[in-house]
Amino acid sequence: MNAITQQVKLVEHQQLALQDPDWVKWSLIAIAVGFIGLFICLPLGLVIVKAFSKGVAAYVEALAEPDTLAAIRLSLLIAAVTVPLNTVFGVAAAWAITRFDFNGKSLLTTLIDLPFSVSPVISGLIFVLLFGAEGWFGDWLMAHDVKIIFATPGIILATLFITFPFVARQLIPLMQEMGNQEEEAALSLGASGWRTFWSVTLPNIKWALLYGVLLCNARAMGEFGAVSVVSGHIRGLTNTLPLHVEVNYNEYNIVGAFAGASILAALAIVTLILKTVLEWQQNRR
Amino acid sequence: MSILLSNISKKFGAFAALDNINLEIPEGELVALLGPSGCGKTTLLRIIAGLERADQGRVLISGQDRTHHDVSQRGIGFVFQHYALFRHMTVFENVAFGLRVKPRKDRPSNDVITKKVHALLELVQLDWLHDRYPDQLSGGQRQRIALARALAVEPSVLLLDEPFGALDASVRKDLRQWLRNLHHDLNVTSIFVTHDQEEAMEVASQVVVLNHGRIEQQGSPSAIYDQPANAFVSGFIGQTNVFDLEHHDTEWLQAAGLSTLHQQGKIVHVRPHDIVIEKSSAGSDAFVILKDWQHLGALIRIELVKSEANRPSASVYAEMPNEQFKRLQLHKGDKVDLRIRHAHWFH
Repeated sequence: MNAITQQVKLVEHQQLALQDPDWVKWSLIAIAVGFIGLFICLPLGLVIVKAFSKGVAAYVEALAEPDTLAAIRLSLLIAAVTVPLNTVFGVAAAWAITRFDFNGKSLLTTLIDLPFSVSPVISGLIFVLLFGAEGWFGDWLMAHDVKIIFATPGIILATLFITFPFVARQLIPLMQEMGNQEEEAALSLGASGWRTFWSVTLPNIKWALLYGVLLCNARAMGEFGAVSVVSGHIRGLTNTLPLHVEVNYNEYNIVGAFAGASILAALAIVTLILKTVLEWQQNRR
Repeated sequence: MSILLSNISKKFGAFAALDNINLEIPEGELVALLGPSGCGKTTLLRIIAGLERADQGRVLISGQDRTHHDVSQRGIGFVFQHYALFRHMTVFENVAFGLRVKPRKDRPSNDVITKKVHALLELVQLDWLHDRYPDQLSGGQRQRIALARALAVEPSVLLLDEPFGALDASVRKDLRQWLRNLHHDLNVTSIFVTHDQEEAMEVASQVVVLNHGRIEQQGSPSAIYDQPANAFVSGFIGQTNVFDLEHHDTEWLQAAGLSTLHQQGKIVHVRPHDIVIEKSSAGSDAFVILKDWQHLGALIRIELVKSEANRPSASVYAEMPNEQFKRLQLHKGDKVDLRIRHAHWFH
């Protein structure tokens, strides 16, 4: 009997050793929830409140303004061009890094992260230095009447640069972990390289790929810094949605600014929901 | 189909994985490539398959030079060590894959594919699993599905990389016998890689022993066991006692019946079952002591040491049937007489 009580006490003691006291547990939860509430939920809520501060009619009016519509159209165009391109680039880079051995492979892997590690302002300035009026190709572009900086092509280039890592970053660890035996098996069964990619590789990476595409898209629509440098802020022409929000805000057009911001916020929420769904799908397989 | 490898060499950086391999495999054989890890056996198998390119040398399959053919053009079936089943496809689709990817003019109709896949799944006795996914199968089941998938394209050569390596001991035993029977029924030239000599001896009709990227010996299992070409093969295939005559005193070996008059080399290998032990008669000058023994099922392994108490010496192992050992009524520490029935000499 005595031995059993001792055993029970021992077990209780072990559980205590593994578990923090209640006050630690609850204060940690309170800090986490408080932080999220104060710094994430409250601002997001305020965006909505501000956007509707002068009524639904004013909100709709702000969104229906031609400059706002132009900004939304431009942001959609940028995403429509850059996301497919970076999907292809990302898959190609991940394929090269995980399936081949070559000199400079680790350098390439590091370079993929470069857009994440430099300030977006620098990303924008690179393109100004290359294609701007004073830039390397400036004279040639001027002579041939090609406009890149302060025009849509410049915004696309800057966004491509900024969003390049998302797809590759998602795929590389997964493809490394999977190895290439399934692909070798497909080839040994007589499949072509192309067929192997579509029938074997792609189904295995599809959730990670979609996840990468989703993040890439969110950033392509939301990028501010690099795009701000190359865009020139021409109303109705080169203002993307984030730039449009800033211009309105600087002109004390609060409803206009927050109406635009509410669209970006909605995009963020949709992205998060889709991301959760994709992660759930990925874990299920 | 027969396979001919001539002068195959392969380097990974400075490391020579394969060094001038020449090998002929006649049609219909079941060949084991046997060797310790890192000996180049898997590389050789992958070169035959076309998954790897040799730095030099040629690969001929049924007399045709396939050195520069891609893996998809070689007409081989490859079973991977970890099976490499397509994880997003059902068992049925896995087996059907090789038929579905054929060029349109060679591709069988859906009905033919369905029939053929079910026939293959019946061959490997797993038709009842046809709608499962690979992660719902056991290791042995995956192995057999991988085999069915490789057989679906009617390969002229079947290549298997460590086919039993990742399986439980009991499953492995069953599958070995099963593979042997399957080969007997299909009679497709097959090569499998293994590091397990017991497996090679049990399954293969021909064994190729590799070490450090070279072929040490090729022959039937019994030829390799009974006439090992060198000390490495002798030591790798089964247990053996090694006596280095330059460092051992030969006196007691002579007393045990080993003729050292006509020395045929410096090293003697004696299999444990080639050592006979008898209880020492009273006046015998035997100097071997029974130290310990272990039960190996039907056999007893007996550990013997020389009796010079002041000099520790390596143990000698002998094996004999259980019954016979009981009849001898030996105890630990008893002096015994040795007789060496057969020995292999190496330089």
